[in-house]
Amino acid sequence: MKLETRVSKVLPHGDDAAGFSLDVEFSADAGITVLFGPSGAGKTLTLDLIAGFARPDSGRVLLNDVLLFDAAAKVHLKPQGRDCGYVSQRDSLFPHMTIRQNLAFAAERRPRLERHRRVQEMIDRFHLADVAGRLPSAVSGGQRQRCSIARALITAPKALLLDEPATGLDAPLRAELFQVLLELRKELDIPLLYVTHDLDEAVVLGDQMLIYDAGRIVQAGEPQTVLSRPATAKVAAMVGHTNILDAEILALDPGRDTSRLRISINGAAGELRGPYLPGQLIGDRVRIVTRADELRVHGAPGENRLPAVLEESVERARMMELRFRGGLVVLASRRPRDFREWFIEFPPEGLRVLGAL
Amino acid sequence: MSSFTFPLLLSLKIAGISTVFSLVAGLWLAWLLANRAFPGKELLDAVVTLPLIFPPTVLGYYLLVLLSRTSPLGHVYESVFGVPLVFTWPAAVVAATIHAIPLLVKSARAGFEQTDPVFARTARSLGANEWRIFWRVTLPLARRAVMAAGVIAFARSLGDFGATLMIAGDIPFRTQTAAIAIYDAVESNQTRLAAALTLVLSAVTLAIVYTANRIEHRHAR
Repeated sequence: MKLETRVSKVLPHGDDAAGFSLDVEFSADAGITVLFGPSGAGKTLTLDLIAGFARPDSGRVLLNDVLLFDAAAKVHLKPQGRDCGYVSQRDSLFPHMTIRQNLAFAAERRPRLERHRRVQEMIDRFHLADVAGRLPSAVSGGQRQRCSIARALITAPKALLLDEPATGLDAPLRAELFQVLLELRKELDIPLLYVTHDLDEAVVLGDQMLIYDAGRIVQAGEPQTVLSRPATAKVAAMVGHTNILDAEILALDPGRDTSRLRISINGAAGELRGPYLPGQLIGDRVRIVTRADELRVHGAPGENRLPAVLEESVERARMMELRFRGGLVVLASRRPRDFREWFIEFPPEGLRVLGAL
Repeated sequence: MSSFTFPLLLSLKIAGISTVFSLVAGLWLAWLLANRAFPGKELLDAVVTLPLIFPPTVLGYYLLVLLSRTSPLGHVYESVFGVPLVFTWPAAVVAATIHAIPLLVKSARAGFEQTDPVFARTARSLGANEWRIFWRVTLPLARRAVMAAGVIAFARSLGDFGATLMIAGDIPFRTQTAAIAIYDAVESNQTRLAAALTLVLSAVTLAIVYTANRIEHRHAR
């Protein structure tokens, strides 16, 4: 399963919009490809061109062996014929249909006997049985989002396009959505394109990351690579520095809004206090994301500190970048003293769990 | 039937039938104008609006020329139904339909344009064809606007005078609608009949417009 895209489109200068030109080329295999960049960079337009909602000026879109668009050969399939599932940023469940009817609407092109089974399958798979008879307005945001994804999958698409699906969801619901997406990535052998301007989402979900800026892809690669080796200063500014830690949940205390996490850095394990992690269980192995500028360095052990070995320190424009063994990066606002031993402090509120491993 | 009830019932019959016709034509035109880009769209929009602005006699004259026994359309009608169209009550249906379409199109188009395009896009990605999207998604979502548009079309058809008079004539107990009967009654000094017809017609129209506003109001909430 492979989606190959090379599209360009110029949106003329209008009364309410400055002119914009999109020119991108990428290929997405099965797995999650994250389109990351600031708003207005052309991420959503790219999805629209692939889905067939708009027509590129030139280029080619190839999904497996099917040509969806080819400017030279004058091929431009209708959205109906593209086998691309689409989940929009805004809630797009048909408000006048129940959850079940929404799913049934998507199943109508399937053989009659298969329809009911397929709808029921999705209701079970996405835990929608309790709310199947309700209108979208009467179910929770998380259930609506699950239903949107289920509805897009009922047609057995060859690619799934998700346009900022986490917008407007609070933290527990986002975690739940990521869980669903990561499961889908394992189950489905299709490319999932995920548009976001949230770096944490990109890092947690992405197998591949495309960095968008002003209608161009300025860097492509695995999130880890992009984060550790930004291709340009612009990308570096966009991604900042984000540390990714593997952790195991040792304890959870919703009452005091705390958790205990076992973190391993470079083979050495240590325990940290974190925030309460809704939707997670004790013993879960999770991926923790924390920004380099949220960490602090000390010369002595203390609360929520772990020992680390400094490998390199780099002078940046307004800060020091401290690189530790194991790939951990800390951005300090001023040059710290030369400690003999280094300890990194992880403030609990800076530890974000976004997806299970 | 009396010269009081006949025109009223005829008017209601004509308005009912022409509402159905204008809904069919008007919803299609409204959908076209709201969803499609094509050359001549502005012109079509203008043409659809014309019956709203034309003096009724001008509209009636056009229809008379278009549908007279010697015209191609009139000829086709006569060879299918065996009777000429002009100066019969179906001619009044034509006049009322043409009269009702502009308002219906404007109101329904606004309704279609208010629905979030994300629903139609999503439906397309789910494989639904345009016909199914219209019936299952667009129309249900714009149903209040469309219902209000239908009600207004009915009221508009009920009140047509000039064009109906030109093309269907003023033949008592055959083509004389309530609006025309009122004019006749005044002309022949039957003021009580004119007053009674006016009262009933006003009450019916008021009820209809009130209903339409109620529907629209709930739509707005």
